[in-house]
Amino acid sequence: MKLKLICTVAALAILAPAAAMAADTIKIGLMAPQEGVFTEPGNDGIRGFKLALNKYNGEINGKKIEWVLGPTDATPDTASRIARKLIEQDKVDFIIGPLSGSEGIALRDYAKTIPEKTIINSASGALETTYVDPAPNFFRFHPDGAQWGYGLGSYVVNEKGWKRVATIAADYSFGYTNFMGFAVDFCKAGGEIVEKFWLPLGSGDFASIIAALPDDVDAIYLGVGGTDAINFLNQYEQAGGDTNIIGGTIMVDQTVLTARGRAKEMLVGTPSSGPQADDWEDAGWQAYVKDYQETFPENERFPSPSLFATNYYGATLAAMMALDKIGGEFDEGQKNFHAALAGLEFDTPNGHIKLDDNRQAIGSIFITEVVEEADGGLHNTFKAKVDDVNQTLGMSKEEFDKIGLPSRDTPDCAALQPG
Amino acid sequence: MAGKARPASDVPAWLVGMPLSYWVVGIVLLFMPVLANDFVLFQILGWSFILGMIALSLMFLGGYGGMVSLAQMSIAALAGYMVAILGTSGVQAISLHWPWWLYVPVAIIVAAIFATMIGALAVRTEGIYTIMITLAIAAAFFYFTRQNYTIFNGYSGFANVVPPELFGINWRRPIPFYYLALFCAAISYLVVVYVSRSPFGLALQGVRDNPRRMAALGFNVVMHRVVAYTFASVIAAVAGILLVWQNAQISPGTAGLPAVIDILVIAIVGGLARPIGPFIGALIYVLLRTFSPDVLLTLGLPGDRFKLMIGLGFLAVVYWSPDGVLGLWDRWRTHRRKAADPLTGQGGAP
Repeated sequence: MKLKLICTVAALAILAPAAAMAADTIKIGLMAPQEGVFTEPGNDGIRGFKLALNKYNGEINGKKIEWVLGPTDATPDTASRIARKLIEQDKVDFIIGPLSGSEGIALRDYAKTIPEKTIINSASGALETTYVDPAPNFFRFHPDGAQWGYGLGSYVVNEKGWKRVATIAADYSFGYTNFMGFAVDFCKAGGEIVEKFWLPLGSGDFASIIAALPDDVDAIYLGVGGTDAINFLNQYEQAGGDTNIIGGTIMVDQTVLTARGRAKEMLVGTPSSGPQADDWEDAGWQAYVKDYQETFPENERFPSPSLFATNYYGATLAAMMALDKIGGEFDEGQKNFHAALAGLEFDTPNGHIKLDDNRQAIGSIFITEVVEEADGGLHNTFKAKVDDVNQTLGMSKEEFDKIGLPSRDTPDCAALQPG
Repeated sequence: MAGKARPASDVPAWLVGMPLSYWVVGIVLLFMPVLANDFVLFQILGWSFILGMIALSLMFLGGYGGMVSLAQMSIAALAGYMVAILGTSGVQAISLHWPWWLYVPVAIIVAAIFATMIGALAVRTEGIYTIMITLAIAAAFFYFTRQNYTIFNGYSGFANVVPPELFGINWRRPIPFYYLALFCAAISYLVVVYVSRSPFGLALQGVRDNPRRMAALGFNVVMHRVVAYTFASVIAAVAGILLVWQNAQISPGTAGLPAVIDILVIAIVGGLARPIGPFIGALIYVLLRTFSPDVLLTLGLPGDRFKLMIGLGFLAVVYWSPDGVLGLWDRWRTHRRKAADPLTGQGGAP
C-alpha cells in the first residue's frame, strides 16, 4: 500500500509540470546533446541560448519565457523522439535545436508533421536540411556546412599560393558538406585535388593514410574534428610530416586548439574558415564575447564562445525578435510567427543575417589563421570576411544542382576548374 | 467476445481457462485511447510494445533456449533497413519502391535468413561465448551499415520511411499506430506462449536443461537451437519494421551498441522467466528514458545527468531482484500466501 502511494506521488510529480501551463507564458523546447561526443558543444550551445534569453530578461511583452531541455545523443532517432516529447507532452510553442547534421534532417521531416508549430535550427549544418524538400516551418539562421567552407579555397590559392592539395575528411554528411564548400571554391580558383581520403568517425590509427599521402603537394586539407584531429596530427608529426595544413571548420575548434601535446605546433599558421573569428574587432562581436565571459564563471565555459554557443545564440535571438514583433501572441497555426521569422534581417555577433526562400540563412563567412599567443596558447585570428554567402555558394540554382549533393565523389574538381 | 450470449458449452476451453488478469490487461489496453493522450499512445506505449517485442525474441532464446543473443537488435534493424531499401524512402537513389505486400514479407524473410546464419554460428558456443559472438556480430553490423554507402547509405541512413496508407488510414497517426503495435505485440506474446508449450518449445527447454540427455533421446540439439533463432528473429523483424515506421527513419545508430545493450537490460529487468517480462521491462525503460530529465530538473539537478537516473533505476531493480520485476511479483505473491493464518490456513491468496 505504501509502495503504491509512493508510486502515485512520483507519477503525479512527473506529470504535474506538463499540466501546469498558464496561457501567459511562452514555452520553448531547447534541444542539445547531453551524452556522447557532442556533449561539450551541447553545453556551450545552452550557454549561448541563455545569453540571448537574458538580453530580453526572459520575457516578451509581459509574457514569461519558460523553457524545457530536451537532451539528445546526437542521433536522428533520439532527436525525433525528443522533439515529439517536447511538442506533444511538454506542449512547447516552438523548438530551438538540434545541434548535429543528421538530427537536423530528421527534424526537417518531423517539422512537416506539425505544420502549426515551429522549429528553429540551432547548429546542425547539413546542406539537405533546408535545400532538399524543405519544411515550411523549419528555419535556419546560420550558414550551413558548405557555406562555412566557402572562401577558404580561393584564399589559399591566391594568398598562400597552394594549388595542389590532398584532402582527408570525415566520412559522414558534415564531412562531405564542409569539404564541398572548400572544394568548389578551391577548384574554381584553379586548384587541383590530387587525392581524397575519407576517415570513418572515431578511427584511431591513421598510419595507412599517412603512408599513402602523396609527397608532391603544397598542402593537405584536414576536415576532421575532435579527438580524430588530435590523433591524426600526433601521428603525422611522428611520421615526420611537415606539409602545410588547411583546416576544415571543426578542425581548428577550441577543443583541438586547447589540447595538450605537440600536435598543436603543427597547427600554427593553418588557414581555416567558419562562422566566426575569435579576435574579430567588430564591436558587436567583442560585446558578445565579453557578455559570455562575464555571465559564466571561468571554469564553466570555454575561453571564448565556440561556434555552437554563437549559433544557439543567433537562433534564440531570431526567435526573440520575431516574438517581440508579434507581441508574444501566436495566431492560428503560428502563421504570424512564421511570417515574422521569415522577414527577419538582423545583425548577429558574427555578421549580418537574412533568409532565402528556403528559410536558410545568407550570412558571413570568416577566413582565419591559427596564431600562437604570448602564453603559448593558440587561437584563430581574423584574416578575411566574405559577406552574403548563400546556400548555392554564389552560383545559380541550376549551376549548383549540376554539381550534385555532397558525397564522397561530389564535387568533381576537374569539372569545376577554369578553362 | 465477452458480450456474445453463448451457451457455456460452446465457449472453447482456452477461453474459459484464461486468467482474470488477461481480461483486465486486455480491456485496459484496448480502451487505452480513451484514457491516454497521443503522446502516451504513440511514444510511450507504442515504443514499449516495439522494444518489448525485440526483448521478447531475446527472452525466448534466453529463457527457453538458454542462449543469450545480443544480435536481436541488429536483426530488427536489418528488417527495418530492408523496408527502407525495398520500399520508399527519402533516398531516391537506393530505394526500390516495391509495394508493401512485397517488401514486408521479404524484409522478414531476409532477417530470418540472417538470424539463421547467426544461429548456425552461435549454437556452436555456450554461455559467455554466445554473448560474445553475437555481440561481435552486432558490432560488425553497426560498423558495416555505417561504412557501406551503396546499400545502407552509410552514416545518414534513410529518412522519410513511412508506413503504407492502407484502407485509407494513415498508420503513423497515434491511434492507428497504437493498435497496430498492440496487435503485433499481442500476437507475438501469444505465439511465444503457444510455442513454449508445443512439442518444439518443450524440447527446446529440455535442450536448455540437459542437451546431452536430449541428444540421447534422439532429439537434434543443434537443429532445435538454430530453429529457435529463426523463430525469434521473425518477432524481432516485425518489431524492426514497426520501429522504422514509428521513427520514419533508420540509421546505423538504431542498432548501435548502446541500443543492443538496452535490449539486454530491458529483458533482464523485466525478467527472463516468462514472456510478459520483456514488455514490463520495456515500459519501465521507456518511462525512465522519457521522464528522468524532467524529474532531475524538477529536483533542481542538472538535466545532463539523466543517464545516471536510468542506471540507478536498473541497479535498484537488479539489486533487489536478480530475476527482474517478475521475480519481485512472484516473491510478493509467495509472501502473501505465507501471511495467511497459520492455524486455519485462511486469509492468504488462494
